[in-house]
Amino acid sequence: MNNALNIDQARFEQLLRLGDNALILGHRLSEWSADAPVLEEDIALTNVALDLIGHARLWLTAAGQAEGQGRSEDDLAYLRDVRDWRNLHLVELPNGDFARTMVRQFFFDSYHLLLLEGLACGHDAEIAGIANKAAKEVRYHLRHSRNWVIRLGDGTEESHARMQRALDDCAPCVPELFEADQIYLDLESLNIVPEIKLLKSEWELKVNGVLAEATLQMPEILSAHSGGRQGLHGEHLGYLLAEMQFLQRAYPGASW
Amino acid sequence: MSAVLPPVTTHAQVLELLDSVTDPEIPTVSIGDLGIIRDVEVHHLGQEIHVVITITPTYSGCPATRVIEASIRNTVERAGIQKVVIKNRLQPAWTTDWITERGRQRLLEAGISPPACCVAHSIPDDTNVACPYCQSHNTLVLSQFGSTPCKALWHCRDCLEPFDYFKPH
Repeated sequence: MNNALNIDQARFEQLLRLGDNALILGHRLSEWSADAPVLEEDIALTNVALDLIGHARLWLTAAGQAEGQGRSEDDLAYLRDVRDWRNLHLVELPNGDFARTMVRQFFFDSYHLLLLEGLACGHDAEIAGIANKAAKEVRYHLRHSRNWVIRLGDGTEESHARMQRALDDCAPCVPELFEADQIYLDLESLNIVPEIKLLKSEWELKVNGVLAEATLQMPEILSAHSGGRQGLHGEHLGYLLAEMQFLQRAYPGASW
Repeated sequence: MSAVLPPVTTHAQVLELLDSVTDPEIPTVSIGDLGIIRDVEVHHLGQEIHVVITITPTYSGCPATRVIEASIRNTVERAGIQKVVIKNRLQPAWTTDWITERGRQRLLEAGISPPACCVAHSIPDDTNVACPYCQSHNTLVLSQFGSTPCKALWHCRDCLEPFDYFKPH
């Protein structure tokens, strides 16, 4: 087998990708705490954030073990610089208005659930175990974001316009979801991760169905973001990390 | 509280002991009744008794998990067990199907409507949720997310009370 990396390194990378997506989006959602349009949404968004941060803990702990250098979940979360992060551009996108947050969430939830269901059937028992547990929670996330996309898209003139604008903001992040590098293809050949082509076609089918119901149009994607999984990020991630990592950077080893 | 209790030495006694450990968010329901305890082993090593307790987390990010671990440890150590090992098991993932009949009853008594369906045999369906106060099925979901990860916020259209619903999971 002509692998780019050995299996342990590939697993480490894949676990980081899973953990980083969950942690960055969890952090973004937590920024809505005490700031959401209504109380129920404040609770919903922070509950989703809590689930995602829980997933991140499981993935990053497993990543640290796969790496074998003794790094803990906290080391990986708080002591890595921006180029060492493996998350997608979509999850680092700033919250914007509630419409942007919901479109971002709907795109990610749709991808996340298909990915986790694929991982749960995969041949890596540890990854499958975490994925199976996480998928149960993500089904609720998707139900929530999907309902909002339909309600606001097929809502008032104002809510429809905002949703359409949010789609324009998020669409350039979509192609990256389905990029597969050599690491992914190696894991795919070992049946550890789901087939990327299948993931893409199922995502499009499901998302387009909901957008049609929401009377929204997926915009034409003229230029797309790329490279988050390889550590190439937009301008936003650095600011997010500065806030998220502040305490451990300023007071190394602080705990309570 | 300070009465001298007989020493805990058997599997059944450890289980009985764990029955007093509750979920901090739902203090009327024991962790056994919630299906969190998956396995208990009791080892007699010379004069010492070591206990291995396997638990499964409910929701991945639930902050109660760590509190539950600490209460298990405290409770078992206070009963004179020399060593307590707590193991976490993710697979098979926790499901509300493991909540016991007594657990469901206690949830109801605490004003929390228990899951309306068995997850293993059906896709979670929330169309038949009963109000814990007046038992009416004329109810409405206000939010899929509630005060804790395991609950959703509902409203009864007959007695007009809001209530928590333990989500099928």
